[in-house]
Amino acid sequence: MTFAFPQIDKPIKYALGFIALILIIGTVYTLITQGTMNFLSPNYLLQQLQVASYLGLVATGMMMVILLGHIDLSVPWTLTTAAMVATAVGGDMAIPAGLLTGLMVGLVNGLGVAFLRVPSMIFTLGVNTVLQGLMVIQTGGFSPRSEATPIMEYLASSSILGIPTSLLVWLSIAVLIIYMLNKMPMGRYIFAMGNRESAAYLSGINTRLILIGTFVICSLCASMAGILLAGYSAKAYQGMGDLYLLPAIAAVVIGGTNILGGKGTFAGTFVGAILIVLLQSVLSVMQMPEAGRQVIYGCVIIGMLLVYGRGDKKES
Amino acid sequence: MSNLRLWINQNMGVLLSVCIFALVYGLYSFLHPSGGTGKIFIQNSNETFVLIMVAMAQTVPVLTGGLDLSVGAVMTMSNALASVVVNGSPAEIFFGMFLCVAVSAFAGFMNGCIIVYGRLQPIIVTLATGAVYIGIALFLRPTPGGKVDGDLSFAATFDLNEIFLTYGWDIPKWFEGSIGLIPTPMAILVLIVVVIWIPFRSSVTGRGCYAIGSAEGAAYMSGLNVGRSRIAAYTLAGLFAGIGGLYLALQTGSGNADVPQAGAYTLNSIAAVVIGGSSLYGGAGGVIGSIFGAMALRSISFNFRVFDADGPFGFISDPLLQPLFEGTILLIAVSVGAARVFQVKNRLKLFG
Amino acid sequence: MTEQQSQFALDLTGVSKRYGGVTALNEVDFKCKPGSIHAILGENGAGKSTLIKIISGVVQPDDGVIKIGDDAVHFTTPQHATDKGVVCIFQELSLMPDMSVADNICLTDPPRNWLGLIDSAEQIRISEELLARVDCDDINPRELVKNLPLSRRQMVEIAKALGRNPKILILDEATSALAAADVEKVYEILKGLREDGLTLLYISHRMHEIEELADTYSVFRNGSHIETFEKGKRSDQEIVEMMIGREISSVFPPKPEKSETLPHVLEVENLNWTDRLTNISLSLGKGETIGLGGLDGQGQREFLLALFGVLRGVEGTIKVNGTETRISSPKQAKSDDIGMALIPEDRKTEGLMLPMSVRDNVSIVSLDQFTKGLSIDKGLEDQKINEMVEKMTIKVGSVEDSVATLSGGNQQKVVIAKWLMTGAQIILLNDPTRGIDVGTKQELYQLFRELADAGNSIIFYSTDYDELIGLCDRVMIFYAGKILKELVGDQINETNIVASSLNIDLSGPEKENAE
Repeated sequence: MTFAFPQIDKPIKYALGFIALILIIGTVYTLITQGTMNFLSPNYLLQQLQVASYLGLVATGMMMVILLGHIDLSVPWTLTTAAMVATAVGGDMAIPAGLLTGLMVGLVNGLGVAFLRVPSMIFTLGVNTVLQGLMVIQTGGFSPRSEATPIMEYLASSSILGIPTSLLVWLSIAVLIIYMLNKMPMGRYIFAMGNRESAAYLSGINTRLILIGTFVICSLCASMAGILLAGYSAKAYQGMGDLYLLPAIAAVVIGGTNILGGKGTFAGTFVGAILIVLLQSVLSVMQMPEAGRQVIYGCVIIGMLLVYGRGDKKES
Repeated sequence: MSNLRLWINQNMGVLLSVCIFALVYGLYSFLHPSGGTGKIFIQNSNETFVLIMVAMAQTVPVLTGGLDLSVGAVMTMSNALASVVVNGSPAEIFFGMFLCVAVSAFAGFMNGCIIVYGRLQPIIVTLATGAVYIGIALFLRPTPGGKVDGDLSFAATFDLNEIFLTYGWDIPKWFEGSIGLIPTPMAILVLIVVVIWIPFRSSVTGRGCYAIGSAEGAAYMSGLNVGRSRIAAYTLAGLFAGIGGLYLALQTGSGNADVPQAGAYTLNSIAAVVIGGSSLYGGAGGVIGSIFGAMALRSISFNFRVFDADGPFGFISDPLLQPLFEGTILLIAVSVGAARVFQVKNRLKLFG
Repeated sequence: MTEQQSQFALDLTGVSKRYGGVTALNEVDFKCKPGSIHAILGENGAGKSTLIKIISGVVQPDDGVIKIGDDAVHFTTPQHATDKGVVCIFQELSLMPDMSVADNICLTDPPRNWLGLIDSAEQIRISEELLARVDCDDINPRELVKNLPLSRRQMVEIAKALGRNPKILILDEATSALAAADVEKVYEILKGLREDGLTLLYISHRMHEIEELADTYSVFRNGSHIETFEKGKRSDQEIVEMMIGREISSVFPPKPEKSETLPHVLEVENLNWTDRLTNISLSLGKGETIGLGGLDGQGQREFLLALFGVLRGVEGTIKVNGTETRISSPKQAKSDDIGMALIPEDRKTEGLMLPMSVRDNVSIVSLDQFTKGLSIDKGLEDQKINEMVEKMTIKVGSVEDSVATLSGGNQQKVVIAKWLMTGAQIILLNDPTRGIDVGTKQELYQLFRELADAGNSIIFYSTDYDELIGLCDRVMIFYAGKILKELVGDQINETNIVASSLNIDLSGPEKENAE
């Protein structure tokens, strides 16, 4: 079961179908209003992939934690903190400094969850608030004046052979994650712990190490996304991560990952992230007001889940 | 003897949250120049009431082993709706208030139905419906504003005597100096607990919520109507959140579909539930603990206001420090609660 | 017979149930008389649990008619069945751990006051009355269920069922966790209920209990009802053959003589843990099987967990192959230096990741063996897994199938298989045959014998005395966290085990806590 690639499972099929539907609706709309087919142009699609890669990175990390049956609510400010640290440090050390920030946050989250056994939802929520507090003090509540380094901007918004570099960053991290989930013992341990932590512990798995490692991976992914986003906007700013938490969770779940852990694929998360980004983009092109966007956004998640995410009728 | 000890053991969480609240609020009252006076009580009650309602709302789904990430959104939707409908003639006002609460309860009912009949995870369902309710709030109130009946605002946000004064009634002598001094929101709170929570808690459906959270399969096998209890839990959550939103409109005299604020309320509600001693895994705890949890949480931020900016601890009064302190205190609170982890002698029990 | 249908309390005609392509029950006709204790026998997967689930409304049959007395019924929920007087005590306890005993007993139909709200004082009174009926006055109805030991919880479960005034009472392995003293009381109550004209359906894997209680037997095999007969009409041998559909030779494989001078693999001295284990000392020889006996809950499980590094604050010395070691985690216990394996108490929550595949479950403890560099060699893994599945005769379509789809016996084989993959030298067995069908039990006995003969050392905790007698070279009787008595060789018989379990001194040769 539960393995990240080859066969296309049901959630992914539905998500792909829905992506096609979004594109068709969008195209019909632009044909009627502007007489163009913007949504099907390669440029538009590549641009969407670029945007999707920021969300996708966050979602990839989030998926790892969700596979364990946990959740990481500290992602918004991990992302922001990493971006702020990276831009503040600047120079060659900008990116390593940002990633180091993520590593530290992941360690704190992992240690809290693994040793104190505090529910991850609460602990990471606290860490998120603490990070926010630290950054508010550091910046006085304003956007920091420091700027992203050229290499950050390059990674975030240029392209190689027409392919956005940010997408390449995401995919290369994804390759590592897929390899880990499918080939390495750690991947197997993550699925095992997500299914039954006590059985995994009695099987002689170092469950604490896996927990900490997974939270570190999640925070690293979030901080990488922060570095890219700072590169994209040329600077870091307050609340830049706030728009990524819920969409990331939604992308993971739409992709077929069980929110209670133990089951899920990277391919699903990949498709889920693209679906969310396209939906947001089409709605904004259609000049849907924020109110309508929120309603549609919520309905889509529920609708997708009702179609394929239903639990077994008689579980437990 | 052992019955009392059992009671104390079983209500340890609530007792602890009462102590935390007493400690934190006691400190505030001590430091505040006019601490302990009626005026401060009223002001604090007003500032705390909405969080209390949202925390109560969060508690019921948590008891079932679920979570409601839409409580802040439902509160905001009710708040936006109140700013549209709670004005005009007394009958219109009354109908408007009823509408706010009813719509919110219906929103909760929808959450429950989707979770039960759609067989979906509460976290993800309420995450999505939360977006829908925020959307509706934004639709009702695209920009902050609106109008809420002023008399009602006054009546609801002072003490009970004020209700008589506002509507020009005579205050009975025996009432004025005693019960009349109780802040109105606290009186409303007691009323809600007595009229809604206590009967619910001792109904089969309400007790079913505890049973689901404790062992869902066993509850089903025992012949409980699991679906009904769960839907009731989310409906009650909507109802409580709706009252909170309505009160916020009365308190501010207007409505505001404030998205970040909705998120903050949802997150703080979870924190309040945890401080109040309910288990996030369900089955144990209750609304009373969450009330004190919410009050303790709010009292913490009250304290920031009273430290003398020039005094030795003046740095604490810096508003920029507030998020850091709130986060740190939340982390400390849950970590202290985690101390039992180190007393567990059988490591298998850690995976409960 | 259509004239006389009312003589049956329960009457099933042509009941079938299919799960996907698998037929769990096939055209079953099944009748029970009132005033009878009716044992249902069969291996796991024979259809017993499906039958019970249908009768109690947990699942709905695809075909067939169910009559309670004269009424044809169609249950859609357990609630519905309860209303008709069908009450079930399930194998998995159906109590809410976080709620009080009284809340549990009066869960579905509590006494109410004039407001229609639950009357908690009355509820406590009712609970006290019911608990007194099952001789459990010592249980405070205000206590939370999670604070009671397993055997007491099972008594609460029985009190709860009695409180519902059942007409048909189903007991599905309901006595498996009971303390011996309570078993007697439960028997008495059940016989009393039979006198009152109730129908009791009794499912148990322990033949002793069935012989003691039941007056009618029904045997199921592969989803079909084979035969119903009166007690005493068939020999045990015949019954067992009927259940497994083939002949069995002997119940326990013969024990070879042990030489006195076995090298010591594991030596435990003065092991203490909280107030649950006191001065436990024993030494385990190579190829030896030591049984842990005594009443349930006397510290046997804790002792195994202590050896396996699960418990915190264990005092005393543990020597493995003569070297003193401190084992602080299962990871360390399974390492090559120590080579320990634990088959845990509850295979569903401690032994298996149910939704995952047989392959993933079997290899989870020994992935290091298959890991080359950073990644798992899937070819090697599959080869080893398939060998093991074959060796253990685990009945499974493909190793990719989820463990949840296997029968209980096969699931237990998966748990054992995963630990055999490590080549452990010390194997700790925590009641490994609980809730397992007769056929699989036979295979496991054979396996344990083979393991011991191959030089593995086994510590074997069992609640079934026959297993201790049939498999163990020595038996340590636990009582209140201490080893009360050691039985060796011919001393290992039922009388001695029962007597010393209850701390009764039968005069005779006694060997006081050797070592």
